[in-house]
Amino acid sequence: MKRTISILIENKPGALARAVGLFHQRGYNIESLNVAPLTDGTYSRMTVITKGTENVVEQITKQINKLIDVIKVSDLSEGEHHEIELIIFKFIKSKYNTRIQKILRKKKISVIERSDVVTVAIIDENSDFDSLVKSIGKNNIHEIVRSGGVGIHETEKNLNL
Amino acid sequence: MKYSGGELLLKALKDEGVKFIFGYPGGAALHIYDAIFRQKYVDHILVRHEQGATHAADGYSRATGKPGVVLVTSGPGATNAITGLATAFMDSIPLVVISGQVQSHLIGTDSFQETDMIGVSRPIVKHSYLVQSAEEIPSIVQEAFYIAQTGRPGPVVIDIPKDKTDPLHKYKYKKPAKPYLRSYQPKIKPHPGQIKKAAKAILSSERPVIYAGGGAIYSNAAKELSELNKILKVPVTNTLMGLGVYPAKNKLFLGMLGMHGTYQANMAMHNADLILAVGSRFDDRITNTPSLFAPNAKIIHIDVDPASISKIIKADIPIVGQVKDSLQALIKEIKRSKIKIDTDAIDIWNIQIDKWRKKHGLDHDLYQKKLKSKMIMPQVVVQELYNVTKGNAYVTSDVGQHQMFVAQYYHFNKPRRWINSGGLGTMGFGLPAALGVKLAFPKQEVVCVTGEGSIQMCIQELSTCLQYGLPIKVVNINNEALGMVRQWQDMNYGGRHSASTYQNSLPDFVKLTESYGHVGLKVTKPSNLRKTLEKSFAMKDKLVFIDVLVDPNEHVYPMLVAPNGSMKDMWLSKNKKT
Repeated sequence: MKRTISILIENKPGALARAVGLFHQRGYNIESLNVAPLTDGTYSRMTVITKGTENVVEQITKQINKLIDVIKVSDLSEGEHHEIELIIFKFIKSKYNTRIQKILRKKKISVIERSDVVTVAIIDENSDFDSLVKSIGKNNIHEIVRSGGVGIHETEKNLNL
Repeated sequence: MKYSGGELLLKALKDEGVKFIFGYPGGAALHIYDAIFRQKYVDHILVRHEQGATHAADGYSRATGKPGVVLVTSGPGATNAITGLATAFMDSIPLVVISGQVQSHLIGTDSFQETDMIGVSRPIVKHSYLVQSAEEIPSIVQEAFYIAQTGRPGPVVIDIPKDKTDPLHKYKYKKPAKPYLRSYQPKIKPHPGQIKKAAKAILSSERPVIYAGGGAIYSNAAKELSELNKILKVPVTNTLMGLGVYPAKNKLFLGMLGMHGTYQANMAMHNADLILAVGSRFDDRITNTPSLFAPNAKIIHIDVDPASISKIIKADIPIVGQVKDSLQALIKEIKRSKIKIDTDAIDIWNIQIDKWRKKHGLDHDLYQKKLKSKMIMPQVVVQELYNVTKGNAYVTSDVGQHQMFVAQYYHFNKPRRWINSGGLGTMGFGLPAALGVKLAFPKQEVVCVTGEGSIQMCIQELSTCLQYGLPIKVVNINNEALGMVRQWQDMNYGGRHSASTYQNSLPDFVKLTESYGHVGLKVTKPSNLRKTLEKSFAMKDKLVFIDVLVDPNEHVYPMLVAPNGSMKDMWLSKNKKT
């Protein structure tokens, strides 16, 4: 089962390596990982998308919580939450045809056009990356980059210091 | 007054009450070593290999409850400390391991004796620090000691680039304020609601077992455990790490449980209707197949580490907190509870356990019967050692059959007397650990029970023992083979002894010991065993190495049947199963 785990972690040297290393050490997998500092810059928020049974995810959150640099951990999948990802496609201009433009226009996008290439940034709220790539056609895309999912509680609930 | 980074380090260690540093010098640590030379509060113990330093500090810590301190240089000094770090990590031992690092500007350039110590040690430390500026050394040291000792204890690494200890740069020393970490606040007090639930469950049980482990020792909860069981009067078993936390002489003590646990301990666990796990972690050497573990037992699990709870065996009543505080709360709750334990049911349960004990329990009078046999039985060596030391010695061990024989036949009545590598199973642990214990308790008997395999993994520390005048006793249970490996090969590999014998290449341990400046004695006949042990212990100021040639065909029993066995499935001898 897919789970979205949010982690507040001290913004100290090596802290990220401890968190990421722990997944490998204990045999958990990481589907995607996103991390960036928040507000005062002393700590970061990570979103880890992982797969596992309830027991495994319980162990993951407990083990992550044990890391000295980790301030808080929450398994967002326990409740209603948004999981949003930024996907960027780059197209060779000649391949950026009306069919593709029509597909992408249904999404929240921002487009940067040059004479040779078109770069399209997509805010993906439905984690439908695979079907999106399929409908566009893999061979039509020049380059892809994904941010990995970032998660947040849908309700008033928050994960603050 | 201003101090170099190296001096700041020593001042900070002094402020933590450190008496001994176990270490080995080298380039990146030389500024620190010069600072050691120019102070008189902290003694440095020069080991012969960095692995020995970590185990010695570890033994010191297990016996005293204080953190052990290690100092090594960069590169090979640091990597040699890794096995000891992993050993301490697995058994939750508070160590502070300080490693020299190459100068900051050389980090990442593959410079001489450079190893990424933080990276290499990451999975086997509780926490680690790479010092960024000399001024932060005192606060890092204080934080490291705080982290190592609180919550679930564990080793902490401080990696210090050489330029941060350089005497050319001086700083003021200010004792840092008490550490506060927003990201680390270990829970001490248990939840009162959980304590209530646990008390009710215990008092309503008919076949309860208390299963106490190393956590009860580290939490200094031996007194509370005995107090609790003065009320309950229920059977108690200890893990390999927990031996001594409940007195072995108490008739409610079942002996050790698990892989080589006693018949009655394993049967009691399997048939229990309630298991009170106290600072123990349901290790795979305890549970056998987890899905078959104690099918009818309600599980109460007390542990300071929430990640240990429901990791292997689901806890019905989890209690997160220090064992000591949790037991105190539990005793209070049980005393004021209106429900009383059904003493008739408990009597029946204890009678059942006595039946098991009589049927297949260990024979603790083996030494009286086997004197006339041709070869010395390894179990008898431990029994005689117990007799000669009157059960009062600090006993360290290495890993293998001899370790299990000590766990089975040396009756530990006090905590912190039995010092062995339970989690990692590190051969080479025993001798340096004994050295650390002897430094802490110079007037006490300290014995290292070892085997001819394990002892050769850290035998160089005999030299350290001479340098610092540490008259420990080493009992080498010599079966001329890697006994436990061979036992498994006998049982599971058709007796094919692949790489478990030495083909007459063993050293003469007596001469070897003598060349290290100590006394070596050899015993081959059962009739000489007792005398030789007595003679050795009479030499109070000498390290005596007693090489005891034992029956090479002995196996350790009971032994849990694996795979797919439960705790009631045991080998009782070479051809008898439960």
